[in-house]
Parts: sequence; C-alpha cells; structure tokens
Amino acid sequence: MSYYFTIIGTRDNPLFELDFGTSKVGGDGVARFREEAKYMNQFIVHAALDVVEEVQWTNKEMYLKRIDSFQNNHVHCFLTGGNVKFMLLMNPDPTATTYSAYPTSQPSRPSTARQSTTLLAASPNSQATEEAVRAFMLEVYENWVKCIMNPFYQVNQVVTSPVFRNRVATAAKKYL
Amino acid sequence: MPSMVGPPPDVPPKEPPYTAILPAKPFHSRLHSPSSRKTIYDRNLNRTQTTPTSLPSFAYLFNTLITYHHSKSGSVSEIETRLNRAGYPIGIKLLDLLLYRQARAAVRPTRIIDLLQFVHTTLWRALFGRAADALEQGVSNKNEYMIFDNEPVVNTYLSVPKEMSQLNCAAFVAGILEGVCDAAGFGMEGVTAHWASASGGTGGAEGEGNKEEEMWPGKTIFLLRFGEVAMRREEAFKAGGG
Repeated sequence: MSYYFTIIGTRDNPLFELDFGTSKVGGDGVARFREEAKYMNQFIVHAALDVVEEVQWTNKEMYLKRIDSFQNNHVHCFLTGGNVKFMLLMNPDPTATTYSAYPTSQPSRPSTARQSTTLLAASPNSQATEEAVRAFMLEVYENWVKCIMNPFYQVNQVVTSPVFRNRVATAAKKYL
Repeated sequence: MPSMVGPPPDVPPKEPPYTAILPAKPFHSRLHSPSSRKTIYDRNLNRTQTTPTSLPSFAYLFNTLITYHHSKSGSVSEIETRLNRAGYPIGIKLLDLLLYRQARAAVRPTRIIDLLQFVHTTLWRALFGRAADALEQGVSNKNEYMIFDNEPVVNTYLSVPKEMSQLNCAAFVAGILEGVCDAAGFGMEGVTAHWASASGGTGGAEGEGNKEEEMWPGKTIFLLRFGEVAMRREEAFKAGGG
C-alpha cells in the first residue's frame, strides 16, 4: 500500500511532492513504488487534472473524493478555494501493478495480498477511505493556509519548507 | 654540504602575514526554526473576536502605503492601479484563509451569486466587522456588479485634496476583491472603487441622491466586472437548469 501526494498550482505546475506508505496495519510508512511507477504516478496524476477541471464547477465541496483511477491506482483530489489541487494517488499493491507491456517481475507476496483487504486503498470508494482521506486533506489544508499566509509566499511558488514536509508526513502517518 | 645536515638556523619563525583560516563551522539555517521553536506552522489561524487589529496602526500603515505610491506615480489613475496591485495578493490568500475558518461548512464559490454573497458577507465581516451595505447588478452591462459601502473603514482618516477629488483610496479594497475573485477562478476584467457622489448616474432621483450624499459623504461603490469566461460559464449553468 503506497501513496503519492502532490500539490498542483493554478497553472498545473507541481508545487510539492511526497510519497509514503501506509502506517496502518503494521505498515512502515515507506512507499513501495517500483522504479517505473515513479514517473507513471506523475503521469497519472497529471491526467487526472482534466477530470478535476470537469467536476470543479459542478461540485462545490472542497474534497472531490475519488475522481480518477488507472490500473489499480486511485486518485483523490482536494481543491482549495484558490484553485490549488491536492492530489493523492493510492495504490494497494504497487509491486503487482502493470503500467506497460512489461511482465511483472515478481508476484505480490501473499501476506501483502491478504493484508490489503483491510487497507484503505482496497476499497477506494468506501466511507472509511473517504473519511480518512478527508481528514488527511484537511490537515494538509490547514498547513497549506499557514504556508500561503507567509507574506513572502507568492502564488504558484514551490513549497520547500522542511517543516511543511514534516507536517504532511505526520498527517499521513496519522490518517493513512 | 654541512649546512644541509646541520640544525636549522635558530631564527624565530616569521609571523605569517595572514591569519589562519579556521575550518568553517557547519552551517545551521535558523530560518525555519526560530529560537522560540515557533514556526508559522505552529501558530493558530483562527482569530478571536476579542483581539481585533488596531485601527490607528492600520491607518498609519495605510497612510504610509498611499504616500509611497503617491510619490511614485504621476496621475490619480496610476495611484489607484498601484493601490489595487497592493491589495491583490492579499485577496488571493484571504480566500483560502476565510474558507479554512468556515471549517466543515466551507464550500468553494462556483457561481457568481455565491461569490458575491461570499464577498458581501463573509469577506466584509472578516475585514471590517460588518457586512457590506448593498449588492446590485449593473443595469447596462450584465457582467457588472456593484457592492456598496456607506463608510469604508480604509477612508476613515483620509482627506483627499481637491485637485485629486476622483481618487478613492478604497482602490486597495478593490484590489483585495479582485484577488479573491481571481483566485476563485472568475477571471476578472477588473474591480474598481468609485465615489457614489461624484460618479453620478448611478443614483436614483436627484433629490434622493442628495439626501443620501449628505448622510454618507464617503459612500463608495465597488464595481466588479466579470470576465468573458466567467460569464459564459454562468450562461452554461443557466442553460443547464442550475
């Protein structure tokens, strides 16, 4: 179970990136994405931005829930008032996900497979998942607002603060 | 040769003409962790009603801001543009702050009417402690909306010289509004502040206008002009039945 979280600015420019694994059900909080997934994640999230644009004017909520999925990757989106997107990609079993014609190198370990039934991403539409993601997003949002309240921060500037990164990682550990 | 093997001549080593360079201490940035351990991320975003911003200090800062922009610009409209630009980034940030403060009830303004309501009520409350006085749609142009403020707080301690009577320093507030609307995704053509008394034509009958003018000499109209994209989206919504 691995996550890829990114903040996208108003011009579809990435402002912040973080990948992490689950800390629930004995997870160690480390992302287990395969090498090719590193850039596929960016690609999938970028493709999901189109979906965000479709729903952003019909849905007034800030948390747009799951908006897109591709090959066992599920993308949840949270849209701030300032049109900045928080995108969270979740993959219950990244080692088993195929992105291309490559044969999968190793099958997933049985223990992981059994675990994944209790993991959030196994049921990306369930109430529990949505609530957990919403809580995570709201905590990130709080820190995001604090970040942009910095008078030296301008729109669409990349966020480099290590404190912000820590805060997001802590929120991830707490909820996901 | 004997001099090679003999002890070195007993000359005191000459004082080096430079001072030795000590290895540099490892650099610790103190930027992100101030000594009090309080970063901006440790501070609370919610303001209590009991600690409003001091009006005199705001007036002093605002005065300085106007003086600066006045000295830099040559015309009334340039001062207004500069004040507008000064308020703009504040508006962009303010939108998210206010949405955050609404907590779970927060919804993004997606329609023009929602946005205007948000500005008229929520934004005005946060900035000035009360809602704006009126909200109207322009008669001639469908993309124009007007927000009225009978007594803008920012103009409390300002007296504009006669030769610049057109100048309304609430242009700063107009800039904030423009920032909010732009951030929300309504590409604005512009937001401007006008005196209700001088602009003429916006008031009703002559007599009524005068009475109003006496009562609220500082009455200001904020004219919000929405861009074409926002208008077209609004049309599409209406065509789609809501």
